[in-house]
Amino acid sequence: MTDLKKELKGKIIQQLNLEDVSIEQIADNDPLFGEGLGLDSIDALELIVMLDKDYGIKLADPKEGRKIFESVETMAAYISAHKGA
Amino acid sequence: MSTENFHIESYSQIRNQSVSLNGETIFKSAETEFNAFIKSAYKTLDTQYPKFFKMDQLSKLALIASDILLKTETDKNVALVLSNRASSLDTDRKHQASLQEQEPYASPAVFVYTLPNICLGEISIKNGLLSENSFFIFDTFNAEYLQIYAEHLLSTQKAKKVLCGWVDFDNGKYDAFLYVVAKNGIFAHSKKEINRLYKTE
Amino acid sequence: MDNVFLSYNNIVSAYGFDTNAAIESIKKEESGLKVFDDSKILSHPFCASMINSVKLFEAYQQLQPKERHTRLEQLLLVSLSQVIKESKLELTERVGLIISTTKGNIDVLEAQNTFPEDRAYLGELGKQIKAFFGFHNEAIVLSNACVSGVLAISVAKRFIRQGRFDHVFVVGGDLVTPFILSGFDAFQALSAEPCRPFCNTRAGINIGELGASILVTKEDTRLAPESVLILGDASSNDANHISGPSRTGEGLFKSLRLAMEEAGLTADDIDYISAHGTATQFNDEMEAIAFNRAGLQQVPMNSLKGYFGHTLGASGLVETIIGMHSLHQNVLFASKGFKALGVSEPLNIIEKTTSKKINTFLKTASGFGGCNTAAIFQKVGL
Repeated sequence: MTDLKKELKGKIIQQLNLEDVSIEQIADNDPLFGEGLGLDSIDALELIVMLDKDYGIKLADPKEGRKIFESVETMAAYISAHKGA
Repeated sequence: MSTENFHIESYSQIRNQSVSLNGETIFKSAETEFNAFIKSAYKTLDTQYPKFFKMDQLSKLALIASDILLKTETDKNVALVLSNRASSLDTDRKHQASLQEQEPYASPAVFVYTLPNICLGEISIKNGLLSENSFFIFDTFNAEYLQIYAEHLLSTQKAKKVLCGWVDFDNGKYDAFLYVVAKNGIFAHSKKEINRLYKTE
Repeated sequence: MDNVFLSYNNIVSAYGFDTNAAIESIKKEESGLKVFDDSKILSHPFCASMINSVKLFEAYQQLQPKERHTRLEQLLLVSLSQVIKESKLELTERVGLIISTTKGNIDVLEAQNTFPEDRAYLGELGKQIKAFFGFHNEAIVLSNACVSGVLAISVAKRFIRQGRFDHVFVVGGDLVTPFILSGFDAFQALSAEPCRPFCNTRAGINIGELGASILVTKEDTRLAPESVLILGDASSNDANHISGPSRTGEGLFKSLRLAMEEAGLTADDIDYISAHGTATQFNDEMEAIAFNRAGLQQVPMNSLKGYFGHTLGASGLVETIIGMHSLHQNVLFASKGFKALGVSEPLNIIEKTTSKKINTFLKTASGFGGCNTAAIFQKVGL
């Protein structure tokens, strides 16, 4: 789980082109959208692609994303629960 | 037909690892790779736009070239009339390549930049411009068409000023030449003068 | 100041190879949209309007081409040749050519395509069209996302007013390709069924392929029966987000206000609105807000996306052409796919095709990059 969270932070920084942000700077519970990392609607779509491509998880309803992508913590929990399902 | 006279207020260029304003170099770098070069230009020229790092190369080029002209601009009715040769082909190739991978996928963050006018949106957002936008594609720089279109927007009061020019990014090669057309300015707004400034190194 | 008119026109679409074929089908409320299941194009079934390649090639062969042309070029050549023929114009230095497209020959980037990759440059597309007909001037290629078609009409008018041209041929088109479908799919924007603009059950867009052409002219001796006068036109960026429509409809509202101002009209003078209406949640909501802000919520309105799908660079052009014929035939076409209003503000969506005396219409479009365009047209001779 800790490894997965670290991996997710790395992927978020790299795939969403976050400049001057390091893995250490993202806390597990930091909000990804709005005040937190300031991600926007295109980033949310990008995270949906990441779930599919890297973890084989397809969101049936994109609206689910809002809850899943709240923080690295919630993302990791969702992936752990659904991976290989 | 309009007989009013308009002028070129200022112009910017980005080519050969340097950024210039009205013919004077304001940033130069030893970086030959575009992304490293334009990033250091962004930082040195104190451009404030957090989304910069998420943009494609064409938008980065257009944003820096426009920002040095618009930074001090207070009028918000500045139309944007840009042109180039390669459209968004650099990003188009990237999107197409991802579709041809072993496990094909499409990235929304790449796809959204597969339109040349997205850079107009970025410039509008950065500067709060709710103005006329158009993006033309020409085989080579076409001063005549740009001159006529800008003149129309100004003489019909559809815009107070027009940011015109050329922003091309293709296979790692880049070339930007932007200029602001207004009532008053230093240079004549003529096809000949636009071409002269475009060719100025 | 010169009056500028829209005159001879053509539509090559899933319905057939002239404007009349499209009008007759729309009158019967037949959609050009179909569900396709072809994994070479998209990994899952999709709904689109497509042009039959064999019939297109036959029509193209009748033009007796001396060189090979791409599928999109065939489409544009077939469409534009009819309009040039009807116009009986000599292509002198006073005649311009505008090409409206978002992606041009993007299919040449596909591995199996036999054309060189250079054909993907839009200037190359411009050269092909110019050379085929022998235009005197370099083509002006306009690539401004989904507003390209309406903006191309604006640009034509502006070049004529500025004295550069007396006539401009505008041709627009885009293809349904894996490139486009996969992108909109990644945006979660595709509807698996025929789209339902402004409806409370709307579930996204369909892409359509189409070629459309029109003559824009200042000569009132060169008018088709359905010709209209361009009264006003304006564009404005939202300055908000590159893909998400503005929550306040800022740019579209400003375009509406400025187009009405130039036309010297108020909301009461508009008889019909041909909206953009892509059937995505956010776009249709944004339009409803902008139309209400401009006081246009009572005006009969449709979106033609339920007939053609979203035809990208051609959409503004084809929808303007249908608007001209609506005026000429005094008929309001039903907004295909609409059942019950699904936006937060009132709109007068046309539910049934009805006859009504109409003289003036408004065409709008909005697109990626935050761009918006509005244009107002009126019957000639009022």
